[in-house]
Amino acid sequence: MATDIAIKIDHVTKTFKLPHEKQSTLKGALINFRKRGYEKQQVLTNLNFNVYKGEFLGILGRNGSGKSTLLKTISGIYFPDSGDIIINGKLTPFIELGVGFNPELSGRDNVYLNGALLGFSRKEIDAIYKEIVEFAEIERFMDQKLKNYSSGMQVRLAFSIAIRANTDILVLDEVLAVGDEAFQRKCYDYFNELKSKGKTVILVTHDMNAVQSFCTRAVVLNEGKIIYDGDTTSAASVYRSLNLKGSENSIEKKNKTRINNASRSKGITYITTLGSDGEEKTLFGAREPIVITCDVEISDPTLDYSLYLKFNNPGGVTISAIDVDLGKEVLSKIGKKRVYKIKWRLPGIYNDGSFLISAFLTDAIAGNVYAKQEESHEFGIQGWNTPNILIHPNDSYSVEQKV
Amino acid sequence: MKTYLSKQNRVLLAELVRTDFKLRYQGSILGYAWSLLKPLLLFIILYVVFVYFLKIGSDVPHFPVYLLLGIVLWNFFVEMTSQSLGSIVGRGDLIRKIRIPRWIIVFSSSLSALINLGINLIVVFVFAIVNGVDFSFTALFLTLNIAEIYFFSLGVSLFLAAAYVKFRDISYIWEVVLQAGFYATPIIYPLALVTNIFIQKLLLLNPLAHAIQDARFNLVTHETLNIHALMGDSLLTIVPVLITIFVLIGGLFYFKSQSRTFAENI
Repeated sequence: MATDIAIKIDHVTKTFKLPHEKQSTLKGALINFRKRGYEKQQVLTNLNFNVYKGEFLGILGRNGSGKSTLLKTISGIYFPDSGDIIINGKLTPFIELGVGFNPELSGRDNVYLNGALLGFSRKEIDAIYKEIVEFAEIERFMDQKLKNYSSGMQVRLAFSIAIRANTDILVLDEVLAVGDEAFQRKCYDYFNELKSKGKTVILVTHDMNAVQSFCTRAVVLNEGKIIYDGDTTSAASVYRSLNLKGSENSIEKKNKTRINNASRSKGITYITTLGSDGEEKTLFGAREPIVITCDVEISDPTLDYSLYLKFNNPGGVTISAIDVDLGKEVLSKIGKKRVYKIKWRLPGIYNDGSFLISAFLTDAIAGNVYAKQEESHEFGIQGWNTPNILIHPNDSYSVEQKV
Repeated sequence: MKTYLSKQNRVLLAELVRTDFKLRYQGSILGYAWSLLKPLLLFIILYVVFVYFLKIGSDVPHFPVYLLLGIVLWNFFVEMTSQSLGSIVGRGDLIRKIRIPRWIIVFSSSLSALINLGINLIVVFVFAIVNGVDFSFTALFLTLNIAEIYFFSLGVSLFLAAAYVKFRDISYIWEVVLQAGFYATPIIYPLALVTNIFIQKLLLLNPLAHAIQDARFNLVTHETLNIHALMGDSLLTIVPVLITIFVLIGGLFYFKSQSRTFAENI
């Protein structure tokens, strides 16, 4: 193996056998011995890549994409079904902080136990014990049982031991997910230190900022396969588009049940949203124009109708609304058939969020409501990443010399 | 072998055994004294019942020491197997989150049991001296008898610990097996009480019975009915040792084959 490779992941495949009903009793196993049904779930499919020495590799992917399984396979906790993982150097996994911590033992005993799991002898811990305790800021509590510690103290202690691990390759799983801001800052400091020391690090996280500021390379996993391997900026955008796809599916599912549930009102037959290409679409990016369409069927051509279209945010606040004149004179110019399609074109100025469309078909003069569809279609906007702003008008500004 | 006993593994093993001991009598007032009290109390009960009421063992010299040694050795087997049985599942948090050799967990349970046995043997020796037992050089062979029990128990422990990950019934089954084993092994009764010679011989093929009787022969009294007294130089006398080796190797192989999927199955 080339000497600059830290980890070689060689055509690794991992499958879990998921029994339909977990047999953890002998009786169950005997009864279902022949027909024991289990599903094979392929979690990692033929992964093949190298991690080079000194690299800070980010692993991205949605929940269930196989990130943690990959990490555990690299760490030697799971064994691959086929393929090989070759590790060149000493590897320490941090799937979780404080592994082996025992609530019944004192803080001091836990330091030695956790240290032993990281490969420290008692003598070695003795030498750095003071440092560990000082860094964790819990000198006073070391002889108390761990169960009397606050969760913050436990994490601080665990982290304080973990960062002493003297190793070539580190595997970190979502360590950033715990702790407050001060703790996260400590984590970032630690990452910078690792980077400057030229350690090889594999980091699994959902925090794009961390990936873009620390990682030198990123791999995006989807359904157990690598769909991107390269620079972090592109990886982050691949990851974001995966997330968009995910929320699109969920919105569409919700819309389907809405259609089924809504008592099909006679006048308003269909509401949907279209992309600029005229195809139905429920998830829009930043600056992407949106077309809301509403199909209307008129029962009495002698009346003057009016259509009121609006969309709300989930809090019930109307973001925008429009009155469509469907008077008999207007309609007669369009066509004889009593079905019409109204298209409402919106510029891509609205901020991220999900929105619900409602439509009301009324008598233009008396105001009677003939048909209504309340909150019957949902669409989403994603990609601005600007919380606390409602709209993004395409305002232009200039800076000039004041005269 | 070098990697099995690498520095890291030795450190971890020591720390696991230490933790085990610290936690064992956690919260009890007498603490470690229970390591001594447990076999002593059991001994008193059995002694009162069998020696005073049932008048068993009056023809065996130093019967109290003979009885105590048997109980201590049997308890060693019980403790080691019962603790190992749940050890892998009990340490699931480690197995799922860190890469440590799986065997270390069972091995550390076995070492705690061995240390406990050492403490108990001190009591046995004190008893033996008080009781006026005449030690002969054969007392040195006691270590061989303990080794036989240890390796037999280790094989069983490895098998149980691995099987328990998949089948939780094992713990209940094992309780019953232990209860049966207690009576199938000549611990509380002298083997001579079994009048059927064939059954006497059969009972002695059990490595535990073999080792316990030999230990009594070596330490307490040469009048103990051990395998040589019963079968002479017949080839059958090596059967218990063969069984021990077979169980140990079988346990190791089974454990090894299962250990790859511990993390997924716990």
